[in-house]
Amino acid sequence: MGNVHDHAHDHGHDHGHGAEEEEGAPGTTLADRTYIPAVMRGIKLTLARFLQPKATVQYPEESVYDRGSDDRAIGTQNPRLRGEHILVKDEQGREKCVACLLCMAACPALCIYIEPEAAPADWGPDRERRPKVFELDMLRCIYCGYCEEACPCDAIRLTPKLYQPTTSRLERVYDKQRLLENNQDAQVPQRPRK
Amino acid sequence: MSPELTAAPLAAAPLARAPFGDAAVSLEPGLHEQEMVINFGPQHPAMHGTLRLVMTLDGEKCRHIDPQMGYLHTGFEKLGEHRTWNQFIVVTDRMNYMSAMANNVGFALAVEELLGIEVPPRAQAIRVIMCELSRIGDHILGVGLQGMDLGAFTAMLWAFIEREKVYDVFELASGGRLTTSYTRVGGLAFDLPEDCPARIRAFIERLEPVLQEMEGMLSRNRIFLERTQGVGTFSRQQAIDWGLSGPVARASGLDRDLRRDRPYSGYEQYDFEVPVRTEGDVYARYLVRLAEVRQSLRIVEQALDRLPSGPVNAIGAKATLPDKDEVYSRMESLIQHFMLEMPGHGIKAPKGAIYHATETPNGELGWYIVSDGTGVPYRVRVRPPSLYQFQSIKPMAEGRLVADVVAIMSSLGVIAGELDR
Repeated sequence: MGNVHDHAHDHGHDHGHGAEEEEGAPGTTLADRTYIPAVMRGIKLTLARFLQPKATVQYPEESVYDRGSDDRAIGTQNPRLRGEHILVKDEQGREKCVACLLCMAACPALCIYIEPEAAPADWGPDRERRPKVFELDMLRCIYCGYCEEACPCDAIRLTPKLYQPTTSRLERVYDKQRLLENNQDAQVPQRPRK
Repeated sequence: MSPELTAAPLAAAPLARAPFGDAAVSLEPGLHEQEMVINFGPQHPAMHGTLRLVMTLDGEKCRHIDPQMGYLHTGFEKLGEHRTWNQFIVVTDRMNYMSAMANNVGFALAVEELLGIEVPPRAQAIRVIMCELSRIGDHILGVGLQGMDLGAFTAMLWAFIEREKVYDVFELASGGRLTTSYTRVGGLAFDLPEDCPARIRAFIERLEPVLQEMEGMLSRNRIFLERTQGVGTFSRQQAIDWGLSGPVARASGLDRDLRRDRPYSGYEQYDFEVPVRTEGDVYARYLVRLAEVRQSLRIVEQALDRLPSGPVNAIGAKATLPDKDEVYSRMESLIQHFMLEMPGHGIKAPKGAIYHATETPNGELGWYIVSDGTGVPYRVRVRPPSLYQFQSIKPMAEGRLVADVVAIMSSLGVIAGELDR
C-alpha cells in the first residue's frame, strides 16, 4: 500500500485537474475571485437553456415515448413497461389460466390468491382446471413481473397500461372478472425473449 | 433569558468533548452561551432521505453530532430469509433507489459465486453497461444535489434531467424505471431490446456537454469553492479506520476500486482509470464523482463496441428459466420450468457461506450470504457503503459550522434505504 501516492498522481489528472494547472488553482485567479465571469457564464447558460425545449413531461397525459423528440422517444409506449396485469383468454373465450398456482408461489409480495376448481364439462377434454377465485391485490403488488415469468401457459401478463386512481382500497383488489375485462382495452405486448 | 436558564460560562466548565477545530470562531470574551440541541432531520429538505442528526450547537457551531439511523428500517435482511434467491432480487432494488441496477447485479453475482455459475459473456457485458449507467445516474445527481445543498438549486434540476434519461434506458431494457429487477441468478430477465444500444450511445454523446456545463458552473465557482474546499477533510488513514469506500474514500487518497482490484463481470477487459484525489475534502469528492462519470462513459462505450452476441442466461446450469417458446415446445424445458418455479423446489444452493462485494456507485456493497442447503437463504447480511459513510459524519463535521454539516452530508452520498435495510 506504500505506492498509493504514486497511484494518486497517475490517476488524479482528470479534466478539472488539467485545467487547474494552466489557469491557476480554482478560486485563486483574479477572474475567480471577482466572481464576475462566473456570473456572466451563469446568465449565458441560463439563456441558452431557456431556448431549449422543456424537459418536463405532463405525466400521465403525456409519456416520454409520445414526445417524438430526440433521444427520449421511441414512438410508442414501451412494450416492456410493467403495468397492470391481465388474464388472457384463448381463441374460444375461455381464460387460459389452469390454476397451477405457480404465479402464487413466485410472487415475492404474496399478492395473488387463487382457488382452483374443475373446469366446466362443456370446455372439452383439454381443460381440467380453472381458477374459481383469482384475486390480485394491486396495493400489495410491486409490479416485478415474476408472475408473468412463472406462468407456464401465458395466462397472466403485465401490460404497459398504468393504473388509474381509485377512491377506495377495495377497488384495488382485482378479482378474476376485472382481470379478464382488463383484456379489452390493453394491448398484450410481445413477450421479450430470454 | 431568565437567570436560572443561563448556563455556566463556557470557559469555567472544562470541555467534556473535543474542542473546536481550526475553523472555530472564538466567542467574545465574557459572552455566556447556552448549548442548544436540535434535530437535523429526519424530515428536512437538506437531509437526503430519512436521516437524523442530533446536533448540540454552540451558537452557529456544531459541538457534538449524534447520527441516528433506523427511520427507513424495512427489514430487508430479514425478508431475505423468507424469499427464494430470485425473489430477493426485487428487494435489492428497493435497497438503493439511486442505483438499483448495481444492487441487482451485486446480489446476483454473490449467489452465482455460491452456486458456481459462470454467466455468458453477453450477460456480463450488459451487466457492466447497466452498472456503469447507474453509476453515471448516481454521480450526476449526487453532484447536482451537492450544488443544491450549497445554494445552486438549478444544478440539481438539470442533473435530474440526465438521471431521467438513464432511467429511460433502464425502463426500455427492464420495464421498470426505478425498480428494475433486471438480473436473475444465472443471467438476466431478458435480453436488451434491439434499439437499446443505439439509444445508450445517443445518451452518452449528449452527456459530455452537460458535464462540461456542470463543471463550468461549479468547479471554479467562488461560492462553491469556499463552501467545499477544506471542509469535512478526512485523511487516508481516517478513511481506512472508518471503513470508507467508493468515491469518498478515493477522494481521501485511498486508491481502492473493486472493479480494478478484484474484477467481476469481466471488468478486467475494459480500459479505465480510477480517479483519486488526496485532499479528502468535499470539493475532492465532487471532483472524483465527476471524473468517475467520465470513466464510466468510457467503459460503456467499450462495452457497447464489443457487445458479444449469444444467450444472456447460463443455460446449462439448471438455475435459469428456459425461454417461454421452449417451455411450450420441449418437454425438458417444461420440466425445468416447473422444477424452478414450484413451491419447495427452485434453486438449491449448497451449504456454505460467502462474501461477495461489488463496487457500486457509493462504494463497496458486500453480500454475506449463509445457505443451509434449502431453497431460501439462511441469512442475508448486507454491507452497505452508506452505513460507514453516515457514521463518519461525526468526526468530519464536529466542531464545524452548521452550514458545513449540510455540505459534508451531501458529499457522502448516503442512501437511507441501504443504510437502514
